[in-house]
Amino acid sequence: MTSPTLHGNDSVTRIMAWVLAALVPGVVAYVWLFGPGILVTLAIATATAVAAEAAMLKARGYPAKPFLLDLSAVVTAWLLALSLPALAPWWLIVVGTLAAIVVAKQLYGGLGQNIFNPAMVGYAVLIVSFPAQMTHWPGPLELTHAQLTLAQSAAVIFGGEVPRATLDAVTMATPLDTLRTGLLQQFTVDEVMRQPVFGRFGGVGFEWLAFAFWLGGLVLWARRIIDWRVPMAFLLGIWLAAGLLHFYDAGRFGSPWFHFFTPSVALAAFFIATDPVSGATTPRGKLIFGFGAGVLTIAIRTWGGFPDGVAFAILLMNLAAPLIDQYTQPRVYGEARAGKETRP
Amino acid sequence: MSRELFRFKGGVHPPEHKAESNSRPIHAAPLPKQLVIPLRQHIGNPAKPVVNVGERVLKGQLIGAADGTISAAVHASSSGTVVAIEPRTVPHASGLPDTCIVIDTDGRDEWIAHEPLDYRALPATDLRMKLRDMGLAGLGGAVFPSAVKLDPGPAQACPTLILNGGECEPWITCDDVLMRHHADEILQGAAIMRHLLGSTEILVGIEANKPEAIAAMEAAAANLDFTVEVVAVPSIYPGGGAKQMIETLTGRQVPSGKLSTDIGIQVFNVGTAYALARAVHHGEPMISRLVTVTGHVLRPQNFEVLIGTPMQTLIELAGDRDGTTGILMGGPMMGVPMPNPGVPVVKATNCILVQSRELFPPLPKPLPCIRCTRCADACPAELQPQELFRFAKAGDFGRAQEYHLFDCIECGCCSYVCPSHLPLVDFYRYAKSEIWARERDKRAADLARERHEFRLFRQEREKAEKAAKLAAKAAAKRAELAEGGARPEPAGAAQADGAPAEASDADAKKALIAAALARAQAKKADAAPKNVDRLTPEQQREIEEIEARRAKIRELARKPLATEEDA
Repeated sequence: MTSPTLHGNDSVTRIMAWVLAALVPGVVAYVWLFGPGILVTLAIATATAVAAEAAMLKARGYPAKPFLLDLSAVVTAWLLALSLPALAPWWLIVVGTLAAIVVAKQLYGGLGQNIFNPAMVGYAVLIVSFPAQMTHWPGPLELTHAQLTLAQSAAVIFGGEVPRATLDAVTMATPLDTLRTGLLQQFTVDEVMRQPVFGRFGGVGFEWLAFAFWLGGLVLWARRIIDWRVPMAFLLGIWLAAGLLHFYDAGRFGSPWFHFFTPSVALAAFFIATDPVSGATTPRGKLIFGFGAGVLTIAIRTWGGFPDGVAFAILLMNLAAPLIDQYTQPRVYGEARAGKETRP
Repeated sequence: MSRELFRFKGGVHPPEHKAESNSRPIHAAPLPKQLVIPLRQHIGNPAKPVVNVGERVLKGQLIGAADGTISAAVHASSSGTVVAIEPRTVPHASGLPDTCIVIDTDGRDEWIAHEPLDYRALPATDLRMKLRDMGLAGLGGAVFPSAVKLDPGPAQACPTLILNGGECEPWITCDDVLMRHHADEILQGAAIMRHLLGSTEILVGIEANKPEAIAAMEAAAANLDFTVEVVAVPSIYPGGGAKQMIETLTGRQVPSGKLSTDIGIQVFNVGTAYALARAVHHGEPMISRLVTVTGHVLRPQNFEVLIGTPMQTLIELAGDRDGTTGILMGGPMMGVPMPNPGVPVVKATNCILVQSRELFPPLPKPLPCIRCTRCADACPAELQPQELFRFAKAGDFGRAQEYHLFDCIECGCCSYVCPSHLPLVDFYRYAKSEIWARERDKRAADLARERHEFRLFRQEREKAEKAAKLAAKAAAKRAELAEGGARPEPAGAAQADGAPAEASDADAKKALIAAALARAQAKKADAAPKNVDRLTPEQQREIEEIEARRAKIRELARKPLATEEDA
């Protein structure tokens, strides 16, 4: 090691800790709106991720400590947990986390080497393999007027005996699902949106969860933990794609506001699409990456067969990231600016 | 100041640590018992020793002559006796020895006869030669021979002259202190530069964190008979880099692979201007400089130091302390670790930074790159350091070069901001040296191949000449035999006959060479693939299309690499 011998105080751990901190408002809102079940999910995912990371590092002959302390596994676990329905069974969480950490991250070479966003790989594996279990979304307190306690949530998650009626009373279809089903049944957007699950902007409760993610995300943005380009381009992609469709036929396509205030879009914009490892790196590349993910999200939500399109949109753009980088290399110092000769 | 400033891309702002050393007055370091003066203190050819062991030398006497255009002389920094001309450890990261002239000083500090130069009366070329022989080299760090930079070249004039008082590296204050105390002489140097370069605009760029220096320079500039604009520039590392200073002051970038003079701008460090004034107005060659001694010492300060003084002497003067972990020559961003404290001060030594665990805690172990591009945001060369790192690490030097590895100025901003604590600059240096080594090998191989081909050609030619000679001889013999018996020829006729004989001789030679060429062509044809001999028009068209595509791809592959394409 020669120069420089000086170093700023940034570290991977600091970045990851900021990401986790920025997720806290979302977690708090989650508990407030949907009950404490998410805490159990988070705990299971975190424990699984750390254990899997440690085991894989050992198997690969790497020291576990520095790589566990970088907190990247915990971030993956939290992002996955927050994408899952809060009352999903424990094994679903474990399988998803293992797919994320073992396959998507460690088998590709660990920190910094994964082509795909690990949390989204975990989510994709689950939604494809266990679609039924992925619908155990608790309904918002405002609608269900009943919430499971922490112990009851844990019981549900660990497969304990919970009266069916209680479970039915607290789980319900997400607004996104409701809209999709309604549209499939030939209702117009307006008719579907008159149902009680829809609130001011998005779904009742869900819109506030989205708001909390927005809040955390804007903190990351302001602290420059994440690059501003990705969230902006992603949201722009969502806005333009949804807006154009809505403008074309408001009866068949949901409004861009509705999409903006789904929690998955907020989470993806600030926490998932911004994953530097699997995203594009050049300034223009980041714009293309974010915009593409946004447009694809709306496309999959509109025409795809899955309840949400975020995960697949991100994974598809992950695939394209190296290509995007290659074709968007910026001009370097002293190179002629495009369309402008460097003066002799 | 009304001048519009431009913000170069990237940069970082590490803690400045200037206050430690910039408040104490300049002290002259005492004369050491022994001076070790390396012959290679500048970029270009090392100087050639012109003294012998045992010879007495005077202060300012030439002891190593400049060798070639890009070179600079070295001089005895004090009077004494040359006791050795041998390899000694020099201030270089490698710790490898290099030839030095060792002088035992006699304490008399006796000057050689020297007198001021009338720079206005001397032809520019002569003046530049004199400056080269006075050992003038850039004191900002790169130590490029100043005489070369003072040549405006075919353009005859370099409109803009920039004096660089940026001093953006943390800890270093020698330029700051020099500007505070010797502003007049710095601007005298600028006047000489202006004379040689034909500059019409003279700017002094000083980072805004040096208000005293700015005030001193402004006061000195007010007394001049030409206009010098002193400009406070934002304190952003590496704002004192020549390219960054140019962009800040003029908004222009030096085209990749070119010199700033190509866009009519020349940049000199303020210390170089001062040294130039000393050389011209006092006839003093470059035998001393200001050195900041700071960091883990009791009294951080600036010394006027004779070239060749051991660094250890200065550290002791500033008050050495326990717990020293290392010594850097230069600042913490671009400074070079010294192999030992005994190495001499050279023209490039702007700072001796003594390290300790508290001031420079060891970095945590590096983690893998997470492609966060904080390095790209910080890179003043506007590169993609994360990609360069990836290519360098993978040994894919061709790609690294395509991604403009050689535009990297090694400022260290990328490493400074890297959250994974990767020694990025080390990887770039490694990649650069590998590419240089390969190009060297390739050049050697090319030379060998050329030699071999020439040898084959020569053998062929000799063979042909021999055959031609033999044939001519045989023809002459036959002619002699045929005509010899018939009738004796008059001398005149024989002579007249000589010309066609000679002509036929040349013809035979030509024919033989033609035959040899034909043979070579046949050989070549033999080596050519047979399956393309008889092609249908369709096949021919297909081949042409493929060739066209290939040519296009080659063009697309942007800057083709000498190493890969030609190998």
